[in-house]
Amino acid sequence: MIKGIALGVAGLAAALTTALPVTAQEAVKIGLILPMTGPFASTGRQVSAGAKAYMAAKGDTVAGKKIELVIRDDGGVADQTRRIAQELVVNDGAKVLAGFGLTPLAMAVAPVATQAKIPTVVMAAGTAAITKASPFITRTSGTLPQYSMPVGTWASQNGIKKVVTLVSDYGPGIDAEKWFSKEFKAKGGEVVEAVRVPLQNPDFAPFLQRVRDAKPDAVFVFLPSGVGALFMKQFSDRGLPEAGIKLIATGDVTDDDILNSMGKPAIGTITGHFYATAHESPENKAYVEVFKKVNNDMRPNFMSVGGYDGMALIYNALEKTKGDATGPAFMEAVKGLSWTSPRGPVSIDPDTRDIIQNIYIREVKDVGGELQNVEIQTFANLKDPEKAEAK
Amino acid sequence: MLTILFDGIAYGMLLFILACGLTVTLGLMNFINLAHGAFAMAGGYITVVLMNRYGISFYWCLPASFLVTAILGLVLERTLYQWLYKADHLDQVLFSIGIVFMSVAGADYFMGGQQQLINLPPELSGRMDVLGVGIGRYRLFTVVVCSLLAIALQLILSKTRFGSRLRAAVDDRRVAMGLGINVPLVFALTFAFGSGLAGLGGAMGAEILGLDPNFPLKFMIYFLIVVSVGGTSTVSGPFLAAMLLGIADVAGKYYVPAIGPFVIYALMIVMLILRPNGLFSRGIGR
Amino acid sequence: MSLVEQEDAGALATTDAATDSRAARLMKRRSRIRLYEVAIWIAVIAAYFVLPSKMLILTEIAILALFAVSLDLVLGFAGIVSLGHAAFFGLGAYVAGLLALHFVAEPVTGLVVAGLITGLLGFLTSFLILRGSDLTRLMTTLGIGLMMAELANQMAWLTGGADGLSGFSLNPIFGVFEFDLFGKTGYVYCLVVLFLGVMIMRRIAFSPFGLSLKAIKSNAMRAGMIAVPARKRIVTAYTIAAVFAGVAGALLAQTTSFVSPDVLAFHRSADVLMVLTIGGTGYLYGGIFGAILFTLVKDALSIVTPQYWMFWIGLILVVLVLVGRERLNRWVDYLPKRMAGREDDR
Repeated sequence: MIKGIALGVAGLAAALTTALPVTAQEAVKIGLILPMTGPFASTGRQVSAGAKAYMAAKGDTVAGKKIELVIRDDGGVADQTRRIAQELVVNDGAKVLAGFGLTPLAMAVAPVATQAKIPTVVMAAGTAAITKASPFITRTSGTLPQYSMPVGTWASQNGIKKVVTLVSDYGPGIDAEKWFSKEFKAKGGEVVEAVRVPLQNPDFAPFLQRVRDAKPDAVFVFLPSGVGALFMKQFSDRGLPEAGIKLIATGDVTDDDILNSMGKPAIGTITGHFYATAHESPENKAYVEVFKKVNNDMRPNFMSVGGYDGMALIYNALEKTKGDATGPAFMEAVKGLSWTSPRGPVSIDPDTRDIIQNIYIREVKDVGGELQNVEIQTFANLKDPEKAEAK
Repeated sequence: MLTILFDGIAYGMLLFILACGLTVTLGLMNFINLAHGAFAMAGGYITVVLMNRYGISFYWCLPASFLVTAILGLVLERTLYQWLYKADHLDQVLFSIGIVFMSVAGADYFMGGQQQLINLPPELSGRMDVLGVGIGRYRLFTVVVCSLLAIALQLILSKTRFGSRLRAAVDDRRVAMGLGINVPLVFALTFAFGSGLAGLGGAMGAEILGLDPNFPLKFMIYFLIVVSVGGTSTVSGPFLAAMLLGIADVAGKYYVPAIGPFVIYALMIVMLILRPNGLFSRGIGR
Repeated sequence: MSLVEQEDAGALATTDAATDSRAARLMKRRSRIRLYEVAIWIAVIAAYFVLPSKMLILTEIAILALFAVSLDLVLGFAGIVSLGHAAFFGLGAYVAGLLALHFVAEPVTGLVVAGLITGLLGFLTSFLILRGSDLTRLMTTLGIGLMMAELANQMAWLTGGADGLSGFSLNPIFGVFEFDLFGKTGYVYCLVVLFLGVMIMRRIAFSPFGLSLKAIKSNAMRAGMIAVPARKRIVTAYTIAAVFAGVAGALLAQTTSFVSPDVLAFHRSADVLMVLTIGGTGYLYGGIFGAILFTLVKDALSIVTPQYWMFWIGLILVVLVLVGRERLNRWVDYLPKRMAGREDDR
């Protein structure tokens, strides 16, 4: 009995000590919820590194308010994300939520954002529908339709007639498949086969064989970043390049973080995405420098830019509202905001709160002994096509 | 068609090498070691570090990863595992899951969370055509190495003195000790050997299966499937099971992609219902 | 345990009247409410008033506790090691979510329907686990769990696929209590369900039925000899456990108004097994203690070190096993006899 109570009390005490938020009046707390462990840990790592790089570059005060970043791990599990979000808002007094590595994680938080009127900045997740889930959600990464469609345009303009699509069998993959095919078919191309790969899939052999047997001009691929690298190796091992099949993909496959270790097989791959480490601009040069300094020489990839620009968006919006971080005022300030990001000019669509940005078609080349995504064509100021179409 | 069959065999072989160490610990020593994948991951990382940082040839990395993980296994067996042979299964599961967690976080800390890639020597990459059948060179290499290992394993267990000692120790620990067999030593060596095999499997699998800190968790399920379908009392059982699963998985995904992901699980359940104690069970359930 | 059985068997040989009274006394003694049980319920109710800022994590604990207690019925009583218990949890969550989205947004109805449907799945799959060793059952349940997870991903038109099921909100409970942002209603709601669930399972577990399950667990063959229909009992126990796991899943869906595909994920089955083993099997409250301990430690660690908390959890598990899980979670056994009100068979 006594021990029972003692255990209960000990439990309560443990719970208490973890709470007790230190609330400074002038601080604006930003809750950054990311998968720091689990299969998507590298997303969390890059995004948080990008956010930290921004604060290292621009200081931690804006409009007289101190910015405080609280990083929490959700392990990629949606109900954890939701609980952490709710706790950050209710207990720790977070004024802005940010992060969200995957679509379901962002979706789970949408009701919290709406109910508590908390501005929520999606820094990584890429399904188009997220910003529709709550009027307090905005995004600084990009949507899959946004950067799969231009790949379709490029393919049709560059003599590719027959394509097989190969995507991961989940929301984003299906988005990529849909919008690539739509654009490609509209421009007169033919999609011979649509292959979907289960998310938990160790060996690509059967799918690659299917692609090979269909004898297309090119294969369009969307796979989450780490898996994409493996695919690339097996692609060249199976002799698909020799069979005359070109590899075109979304930029997730040639993720800058690991591109360099992919080696020769990656060279020549065409991808479409919103950011490349090799992007030529003074902003990007400065960014890469700061990023490497703050983060132990890591190479920034597109996720990190999502984190960096997420912070840029928060800083800019706070500047505009003179430090007012309450939901409606903040979101009003966010709409139509524009700035020059390391990836090029970006702005927030006032209608959908989604990002408008350039999409680049890049080719993997060996630049001074390092593999880089080198930009060869730019599609300027693209909106998310899915929401644009819906209107 | 034949290409698919060959791919399936290569994949199955890889599964076998990864899982057969677990067969040894689980079947022979009756220890549910979920941390088996951690040893495989260690082997993979050793290869990556040796190749990418020190430029050592891939061929030398394979024996090196075997040796290092075997030593690692030996150390862990002597310090931790040996206390738990008699503990109940739940304790073993809990303990080995703990080891898995530690290895996952440790790998993340030292190596970072990203996918690790290795560059094979040129003679192992690419593919060749043999009588119209496209065969990946690396897959052929995997098949050859793994079959040799499987044969060697079977011979060691059935023909050598060590093998008979091990089987004696497993069948009746007390009697074996009475006969003067140093059972703890036999177990320790076996455990080390099993871990070494896992390390080798991890090193060879890095090219095809990938390598990141979640490796032990991601592939735990596959190891367990191979071992449970194959049964734990022989080497040939898991070998056939791994082949079957490899071929069924690859062929299933090639011919009926819509239900591809279900094939391997459905096959497992059917096999388990038909042969609850494995393909070649000795008839007595444990 | 076995001692009591022998006594019991011995008693059978003597006169019927004596047997009746002895058996009755034994059953009464087993099912008596212990003081620590009262203490734990007082503590969780007190938590509502003492820790208003911790409602959300307490809700999570309550849901996990119900899930773990339901597993205890199969593992601790019937002795079936399951690595696929999340199949029921997840199905419950999806049923509750879909129900709220398309039909009725009344939470209690959702719970009942979710429980019934998962019970049906439990009943159907229970026939697969009747044969084989621990490992076979482990793998069969695991396989069922993984297939459910894949199914949820494939049936995107119904479940929302990998994006999860969202866009539903629940009506106030009985039309009166609304779910609030602080999670107070949610906690009370989950607590009431947990209490009812545990009481029902307690009634089942400490009845002659529960005793027969324990007999099957210790030795199925001998249990058969004293005319315990092992298969039938296991089917029943597994079905009941499935019902409550489904209810726990439904609670999660209702309190978060979102269902993501990871409700069916493997790690959830593994987590709940871990929670239960930490708390101790075979006395139902192990699930509750385990859930409290596991969630709090995990939460505290993941705040301190978001990236590497897994290492410390792993270390704790390893130490726990090496020190001896038994010694830690059988703390009830070390209470003075009268206080804990326990009898000798545990």
